[in-house]
Amino acid sequence: MQNVTDLVRPVSGSKPSKRHGSKPVRISQRILIISAVLLSVLLIGVPLLVIFTYAFREGLAIYLTQISQPATLHAIWLTVLTAIVVVPINMAFGICVAWLVTRFRFFGRRLLITFIEIPFSVSPIVAGVTYLFLYGSQGLLGPILESYDIKIMFTIPAIFLVSLFVTSPFVARELIPLMQAQGSEDEEAAITLGANGLQTFFYVTLPNIRWALLYGAVLCNARVMGEFGAVSVVSGAIRGQTNTLPLQIELLFNDYNVTGAFAASSTLALIAVVTLVLKYLLERKQLS
Amino acid sequence: MSLFSKSSQRGILPGFGLTLGVTLLYFAIIVALPLLAMLYKSVNLGWSDFWTIVSSDRAVATYRITISAALLATLLNALFGVLLAWVLVRYEFPGKRLLDAVVDLPFALPTAVAGLALVTVFSANGWFGRFLEPFGVKVAYAPLGIALAMMFTSIPFVIRTVQPVLEDVATDVEEAARSLGATNWQIFANIIWPAILPAFVAGCSLSFARSLGEFGAIVFISGNLPFETEVMSLLVFIRLDEYDYPAAAAIATVMLAIAFVMLFITNSIQAWQLRYAERN
Repeated sequence: MQNVTDLVRPVSGSKPSKRHGSKPVRISQRILIISAVLLSVLLIGVPLLVIFTYAFREGLAIYLTQISQPATLHAIWLTVLTAIVVVPINMAFGICVAWLVTRFRFFGRRLLITFIEIPFSVSPIVAGVTYLFLYGSQGLLGPILESYDIKIMFTIPAIFLVSLFVTSPFVARELIPLMQAQGSEDEEAAITLGANGLQTFFYVTLPNIRWALLYGAVLCNARVMGEFGAVSVVSGAIRGQTNTLPLQIELLFNDYNVTGAFAASSTLALIAVVTLVLKYLLERKQLS
Repeated sequence: MSLFSKSSQRGILPGFGLTLGVTLLYFAIIVALPLLAMLYKSVNLGWSDFWTIVSSDRAVATYRITISAALLATLLNALFGVLLAWVLVRYEFPGKRLLDAVVDLPFALPTAVAGLALVTVFSANGWFGRFLEPFGVKVAYAPLGIALAMMFTSIPFVIRTVQPVLEDVATDVEEAARSLGATNWQIFANIIWPAILPAFVAGCSLSFARSLGEFGAIVFISGNLPFETEVMSLLVFIRLDEYDYPAAAAIATVMLAIAFVMLFITNSIQAWQLRYAERN
């Protein structure tokens, strides 16, 4: 087991111990790095590459025709609309939760934090089903809604609601650890100096948490735009009406329009890449 | 209710009543009410009907397929996750920061897109499939594909839980052990592994829980054959398509119960991890 030797020696942060000399890169270390990079390329890089390759394999002209099909354009519009509605609401909710659990101590606080994260544990399909059994005609509120002629299931508001469910913890989860670590001294000072609650929030708290807030919003947005299981249950997937982009991809794929499916996928893959770039930049902002 | 009063013990910051009210109301409407509606539907079935549905051969087959694929996916992610976390924390190499960023792609990429990409890569004439199928390794439209889809969508869990803990492992303890003559294997087994174990287990349980509920990526790659490549979430979806709402509610309730058990296990592990971290 001698070649485990250099695995254990930290490279960054501490000097190499004398006993092991100063030879910087050892064979076993190299093997580990190469296998990690290789596996990442095969498992993560190739799937990303295949999307863009297949989207453009019949040329740019075909790509543009595919992406500008009315049904795909409508799906893009609906996906963006959903994000515009859902992300700000869940940002507000996240701020509210984070303020509550990091600025006050109260009975049931820890339990509340656990409860808030429940949507992360629930399968997207189950999330969709729960909404069906609340607002659907078979559901708890279905008969009441029907008597008032209100239809929620298989409409655009159902997509909004289920997306709110699925992404409700995203912003809170980024804000809670940060606001916990920052403590409430700054806000208390502002209040003592005569600021009111809103002034304190906008001039003291918000500047402190803005990057984490944006970070949570970026992650929330990525999930809203990409949500498939939950939305596929409640949307009814009506072509050109309640089809979001991920549903449109499945529809095109099942129609054997592979290039169309990949063209639609390429837009979401691009959003995923942009999300990663923003995430990287925001993490650096937060550290500095 | 003292819960809602602004007692002086709460300090001078405003907004307790407002944030508590908004949080509880929003949580009740968006999360709790739908969950309760589904449970109500399930309870209304009555125990014997519920049991008939959830213990039917086809349902039991989905549990077996889902759980075994999730176990395989978690095992693979455990190995890959520790390797990645180790390499990212301990070594310097060109492209390290890119690798660190790319690791999160599976969380950013929509599951439907991931499923489409995976089935294309692993189909008989795909980039990987054309090399695997001659050897009889069938991934697309086979159980292995399910495990792969689950693995892909939960890659970051183990890496991101182990990485920060590994960063905090005190190098002076390692140096001390080395100066006392410990071999490097001993150092890994006795110092590093125990330190990262709680985080590792937490990461694995998150990965497993996520895999059990995965739907989007699996639909594309599994082939969706009853008794062979049908997972729990898919059976729920099929029952909805057949307008068999009681069956959908019952199986979804089983999934929800499993999710809550996993949430409890993960929370306990994380509490253990926290105590562990504080003790060191």
